[in-house]
Amino acid sequence: MTRARFANSAMAARAFGIGSVVVALGVVELLIRAGLINRFIVPLPSEIAAAVPRIIAEENVLHRFWQTTQEILWASLMLAGIGIALGALLYRFRVLRLACETWVAAMAAAPIVLMYPLFLVIFGRSATTIVMMGFAAGLAPVILKTVEGLSGTRKVLIDVARSFRLNRSQQFWKVLLPAALPSVFVGLKLGLIFAMINIVGVEFLINFGGLGQLINELAERYDLPGTYGAICFVVAVSIVFFDLTERIERWLRPIQ
Amino acid sequence: MLEVNRISKRFTTSDGVIPAVDDISFAIAAGEFVSIIGPSGCGKSTLFNIIGGLVGDYEGQVKVSGDIIHGTHPAIGMVFQEESTFPWRTVLDNVAFPLEISGLATSERLERAQHFVSMVGLEGFERRYPAELSGGMRQRVALARTLASEPRILLMDEPFAALDEQTRLLLGDRVLQIQQQLRQTTLLITHNLTEAVQLSDRVLVMTYRPGKLKREIDIDLPHPRDSEVVSSDAFGRYVAEIWHDLREEASRGIRDDENRVLRARSDR
Repeated sequence: MTRARFANSAMAARAFGIGSVVVALGVVELLIRAGLINRFIVPLPSEIAAAVPRIIAEENVLHRFWQTTQEILWASLMLAGIGIALGALLYRFRVLRLACETWVAAMAAAPIVLMYPLFLVIFGRSATTIVMMGFAAGLAPVILKTVEGLSGTRKVLIDVARSFRLNRSQQFWKVLLPAALPSVFVGLKLGLIFAMINIVGVEFLINFGGLGQLINELAERYDLPGTYGAICFVVAVSIVFFDLTERIERWLRPIQ
Repeated sequence: MLEVNRISKRFTTSDGVIPAVDDISFAIAAGEFVSIIGPSGCGKSTLFNIIGGLVGDYEGQVKVSGDIIHGTHPAIGMVFQEESTFPWRTVLDNVAFPLEISGLATSERLERAQHFVSMVGLEGFERRYPAELSGGMRQRVALARTLASEPRILLMDEPFAALDEQTRLLLGDRVLQIQQQLRQTTLLITHNLTEAVQLSDRVLVMTYRPGKLKREIDIDLPHPRDSEVVSSDAFGRYVAEIWHDLREEASRGIRDDENRVLRARSDR
């Protein structure tokens, strides 16, 4: 496929994606107006769109967007730094892996958000609590997928490294980690999803911080278009982080 | 240049102790191209890994220029049977890999890598990734990468096994050109008769399990040599001669496999 044709097909896919969302919103609008969906539960998409400038002006939503973004950014950096390091540790020491892997897998399935009172006691009602909750929730998949990626490195690549007399550290940085990157990024994306859900959820629960707190306040006021408008900003944060992660992955591994 | 003295290696499995190679000795002079040929399961790859230093705990000695070596050695470069290029690196960066490890400055290592990329005939593909190349091109990248480390001895373990016969013959030409240009001491492990005769100054035939040296055949075909040599009478005679020795061993291997399958079935 030529570059021009590929670019055209990518643009067509993007246009189709955006078109699908617009059509879906149009259908919801029609269903609400026809009375098939209760407008006291789901507001009209046109009302939500109209509420966005209002919450930007009145609810300081851009500042809250930045607060939530910062919290997610810190949690993501911790996930990448600590999660990958712990995964590498479990790969390197088999005994540690045998001892901990099942616990880590169990942690991935645990409803960590319910531990927020404990985190409140440890870190207080602060952004640190929110970041730590996000980090704790996203840690397990990063560790597990890092272990999986490192263990799945083809033996011949390690043999090449050994034949060139690389020491253990060089083997890790030059061969094992690059080979494991596709799996590591799957873990990071999963971790990011868990972290984002928990960060916005805890903001909502403890009524502190960015978009989660705003959603809580708007819901309390029964401002449904505003609530859904704020949720759109949460979706926007999610898109920003996913796009960023994909760009970093493509930069590190241009071709899988 | 390379001496292999009384090498034996046994593996312990659930079926008991299996001797993989048994009391193998040979020597390769500087600039010589030697092939080891044997049936599947004769321990060729084990021998390759022992000489390359990837497998330890064996009896006997491996010597390079008279010195006993343990483990991997900078004088020995290895090309593997499996596809072994780094998929996240371009052709040029793959070839520059050993130079990067040795700490060479970026500009110098890329310049030297370019030289080896050209040597294997991959000019114009420097910025491509392995996923964009054919199997034969990837093996040439792996060969160039090993050559870039400038080993005194080149070890190759069936590097063209996964390729079709025509590509294999043409890549054989390329390997011969490079070997003659660099006067590279080379040990090729193969199960392919034509490849062994086409490329080698000498062919060592191995027995089926336990792998021992059965016979040594000097290939007295003219140099410089290319794949045209396969149409000569002398080439055909060498292939027939080696096949005569190998046939019995290969048949033994097939019988052994069949018996193993039958035993496994009756145990079930």
